[in-house]
Amino acid sequence: MNRISSFQSRRQFLQRTAALGLCAGVNRLLPAYALQPTHGSSAHAVHNTTGAIDLAIREEKIHIAGRHAMATTINGTVPGPLVRLREGQDAVLQVTNHLREDTSIHWHGIILPYTMDGVPGVSFPGIKPGETFTYRFPVTQNGTYWYHSHSGLQEQTGVYGPLIIDPATPEPFQYDREYVVVLSDWTFQNPHWILSRFKKEAGYFNFQQRTLKDFIRDIDEKGLKATLADRIMWSRMRMDPTDIADITGATYRFLLNGLPPEANWTALFKPGERVRLRFINAATGTYFDVRFPGLPMTVVQADGQNVQPVTVDEFRIAIAETFDVIVQPKEDRAYTLFAETMDRSGYARGTLAPREGMSAELPERRKRPLLTMADMGMGGEHATHGGETPKTEGHESHSGPPPPPEQTTHAGHGAMPGTEKKADPSGDVMHGPDHHGPGNSMVAMVSKSRLHEPGIGLENMPWRVLIYSDLRSLAPWPDPRPPAREIELHLTGNMEKYIWGFDGKKYSEAPEPIRFYHGERLRLTMVNDTMMNHPIHLHGMWMELDNGTGPLKPRKHTVNVKPAERLSLDITADAPGNWAFHCHILYHMDMGMFRVVAVSKPQHA
Amino acid sequence: MKPDIQPATPCLRPLLVAALLTALLSFRALGAEQPPAHEHASPSTNTPPSSTKQSQPDVRDHSVHAAQSLAEFYETPKDWPKPVKNVLYPFVLFDQLEYRLNDGQDTMRWDLTGWYGGDYNKFWFKSEGEQETSGRAAGEIENQFLYSRLITPFWDAQVGVRYDASWGPDSNPSRTFAVIGLEGFAPYRFEVEPALFISEDGDVSAKFTASADLFLTQRLILQPRVDTELAVQEVSRFGVGEGFNNVELGLRLRYEFRHEFAPYIGVHWRRLLGETASFARNAGEDVSTFGVVFGVRLWF
Repeated sequence: MNRISSFQSRRQFLQRTAALGLCAGVNRLLPAYALQPTHGSSAHAVHNTTGAIDLAIREEKIHIAGRHAMATTINGTVPGPLVRLREGQDAVLQVTNHLREDTSIHWHGIILPYTMDGVPGVSFPGIKPGETFTYRFPVTQNGTYWYHSHSGLQEQTGVYGPLIIDPATPEPFQYDREYVVVLSDWTFQNPHWILSRFKKEAGYFNFQQRTLKDFIRDIDEKGLKATLADRIMWSRMRMDPTDIADITGATYRFLLNGLPPEANWTALFKPGERVRLRFINAATGTYFDVRFPGLPMTVVQADGQNVQPVTVDEFRIAIAETFDVIVQPKEDRAYTLFAETMDRSGYARGTLAPREGMSAELPERRKRPLLTMADMGMGGEHATHGGETPKTEGHESHSGPPPPPEQTTHAGHGAMPGTEKKADPSGDVMHGPDHHGPGNSMVAMVSKSRLHEPGIGLENMPWRVLIYSDLRSLAPWPDPRPPAREIELHLTGNMEKYIWGFDGKKYSEAPEPIRFYHGERLRLTMVNDTMMNHPIHLHGMWMELDNGTGPLKPRKHTVNVKPAERLSLDITADAPGNWAFHCHILYHMDMGMFRVVAVSKPQHA
Repeated sequence: MKPDIQPATPCLRPLLVAALLTALLSFRALGAEQPPAHEHASPSTNTPPSSTKQSQPDVRDHSVHAAQSLAEFYETPKDWPKPVKNVLYPFVLFDQLEYRLNDGQDTMRWDLTGWYGGDYNKFWFKSEGEQETSGRAAGEIENQFLYSRLITPFWDAQVGVRYDASWGPDSNPSRTFAVIGLEGFAPYRFEVEPALFISEDGDVSAKFTASADLFLTQRLILQPRVDTELAVQEVSRFGVGEGFNNVELGLRLRYEFRHEFAPYIGVHWRRLLGETASFARNAGEDVSTFGVVFGVRLWF
């Protein structure tokens, strides 16, 4: 049965309007799940009896982030409506293009026939102005996903929304109510203008550069010699240690279910209830670090897939990832939902409260972190710590690297046929002689697994932070074969010129597909030669992240690859056709960090 | 010293032809937008798996893909759009657009750079010049039209033509050069621009410019800059002597209201050197100037 969210009853609508203290115009332009009703899990999605879900994409003026602005909406809102499907059904989704340019909708993380995947130029020609495209596919999975335009930069102007698939059989965890939390970034600038800034001045949006003041403070704290050595090292490399995010709070407003922090999106609970939150990072360029100060979260799903419950106080959600967490607030008080951006230039925020109109204290903002030698792929004993570390930590900044990953993380290396990389016992791998040409300004001389690291700015937190090696699938996946072949791809870029690609080439230079052979089990190894985190997304097939959990590798549609990291993914090539494979930072994809993966008949089988 | 006086027009014609050729060359290259060739080990993506017939689960019966026929290639029709496109960008930067207070010999000065193109191939235009605002109303301009190609991550190689003209009460000579140069970002974060010139008469000269940006605050930026010129042959009608001709040091403090719009104040010091200085002395000109500058740095 198809279900789609729609507007609430007029009564609820008015109640909500009053509670939020916002003008009615705001509410009309938000999707229903952003205006949370006060009851149960499915109250915010209504049954659609026509059998098909209609989505209309328009360019129109809406009220967003406190102002009126032109946006590209789905059924009149940003984010778009909640599309709710049920495992086992045949989905019928009719997308109508009311724009003056082509559009498309891609169902992110959904296993479906490639012609329904919604990538213009790969799976179909796109949806022309005035046309309606009907997506039909059997729904064979469940969990939290999302959908978004795959045309140009429309995702930045609003074409994204949540997609929830209810399971056919009961889930292995219980909860009393659920909320969808769509995190995103919004700019009042034209995204094409933003791109043009990068081509002209790569650090355009970075207003957290190191300045004279930092220099003087560092001399005070570390001494002149160490400070000079640090500055000289970075300037010799022509790299910028403050380059954490391309686009920052200098232009972005960070939204939670379409609302800016001051609107304080609120989810209600009764003390003692278990609340499931379905987090979706629908941002185009922003990683969020999510926490409820004072309230632990139990992660139960990652990318819509069940994982063994792991309780943490904070997790980083890479662009395009989803995490489902369960919290159980026992006190009769409000809890802040704080989603700080990785570069600390801003935050999205909401509140979990027993009653409407409540709010809790906002936690102290953390200082922007700095990239380190480890991010540069320089290796070394104390490589994981840089000059500056967040103030919140109580430790010395020279407390040494975190413990090495479990031995099993690297057990796969020896067993892999065709792997010629010389891995030393610590897992460090030296970069080969190919430095990927002018499209790549740096290589990680030493790449290694960083799955046990929480990521930049989250080291040495006084609380538990989710790490990739915490993720263990609840049950083994159906294909236990060891991979018979390995493909190694390097994530590359030239920050100064804003060129992004794989193996030093952007898509236009390497349009020939990466070949997977149907039925094969293969290993995709990625090495990040850049100093940025990249969320890499494979369409149409799951990637099992080799994080040392043996047969319980977590299954992902989007995997974050840290700077100078080497990680491996096992893939069963079971989906014939052409699929997109790309960095999910929208601007990196658009610059060419994109490939087509063709799953075809084995040539000699 | 009696400088030759040449009419400007006959000299302009070869210049225009050369400029057009440079532009044509650039635009052809822009169309192709290929990277320079480099050693590249392609991943082993095109060898089929050696042992496909292990104990495989029957992945082909996956319900989602049951209807999808298995082919060796899934053709993408030619009329489908590209999933991501290459875009060419224009850029114009007035690194200097300033008034120079030079002890009664005030001048207006500009240093303009512009380009149009993709990541690897660009058409560049550079213009530098100075105009006296009082007295003799003398001035000079130097224009370059270049094809530029990214050859390493931080360096563009540039070739093209340069056209110089100067004017004043008693002469207005001009000349044309072939240019080969580099433009890039050197270690220690210097923007560096070395170039070699061969004039229409076969005279060889070189020029070197370097500058850096120092962040005092997020918006207050100090830019030191050095320019120097060198000639292999004496070219007396331009007052150019053999060897190093001059050195110019500048220090500008700008405030970026926006990155694109940054008013500045600063100082500059220019010293003519060697024979070039002698020529100037003989002509009764200063060999050294020091002054305060104010202006605006603009780009769009």
